[in-house]
Amino acid sequence: MTAAHPLARLETLALIGIGGFAGSNLRYFSLGLLSDLQAVLLVNVLGCFVLGFLVYEAEYTDYIGRESRIVFTTGFLSSLTTYSTFAVQTATAAEPLVLVAVVAGNYGLGFVSVLGSRTLARRLRDRTSTVGGETA
Amino acid sequence: MSLEPTALGGVLEAVLVGLAFLDPDLLTAVTFDPEPAHIVGTGGAIGAILRHLIYLQFSSDRFPWPTLAVNVAGSFGFGAAIFAGAGETTIQLVGIGICGAFTTFSSFSVETVQLYERGDRLLAVANATGNLVLSLAAIGIAWIVVTAGPF
Repeated sequence: MTAAHPLARLETLALIGIGGFAGSNLRYFSLGLLSDLQAVLLVNVLGCFVLGFLVYEAEYTDYIGRESRIVFTTGFLSSLTTYSTFAVQTATAAEPLVLVAVVAGNYGLGFVSVLGSRTLARRLRDRTSTVGGETA
Repeated sequence: MSLEPTALGGVLEAVLVGLAFLDPDLLTAVTFDPEPAHIVGTGGAIGAILRHLIYLQFSSDRFPWPTLAVNVAGSFGFGAAIFAGAGETTIQLVGIGICGAFTTFSSFSVETVQLYERGDRLLAVANATGNLVLSLAAIGIAWIVVTAGPF
């Protein structure tokens, strides 16, 4: 098992670090482009959709390798999305209506995009099984 | 605004930021003006690795404890940094970078949906509510600690 070697673990950590650098960087970039509330909502919803797709794709078809998956999920996507800024925005919301909009927006659209990506992953699986069904 | 995810430059700047905390005179001795994007990225790399180490220690099939733990702890950290009146650079490194990447919304959402679809609907609701309530409580505690503390 190569995964047990300390150097193999170090490589995983380095890949996660690079993913984390890029993900948080992109989040910071969108904070500069949009208002803070919009930017956090956007990265969270996008991140939920892509992570959802990767997780369900792993379950259904599993085309993507383990290493790429770790860089992308644990490194990039989990750092692109954030809970702490969302929580701070909720805690410091100026009006009750803003608070409800922030929570409902992030939670609602986040869950909906996970469900949407699940549908996409299922389509991919169904298409694959009709194309390569006889060999499988 | 520039978007330059150069890991090496980021690491170099992280070392300099660390040194500057130890010896503030270093800032005057060396011309040191890091890009905000590098500061955020460096914090993001640290946060992501720390999160991964927590997941290795505490992952559970029954309930997504690690995500709850990082989200609550990260919210506390970000809140504390804001209430302590941290400067722009510290917010970029600690708040947006480390705490921002340490906490995660995508894993939280996917795990909540998975709990729900495997039939643990009550756990899914508890997870969604628990993350929010405990993170908000952590921000409240951060406020109390910072205002009552010696800072």
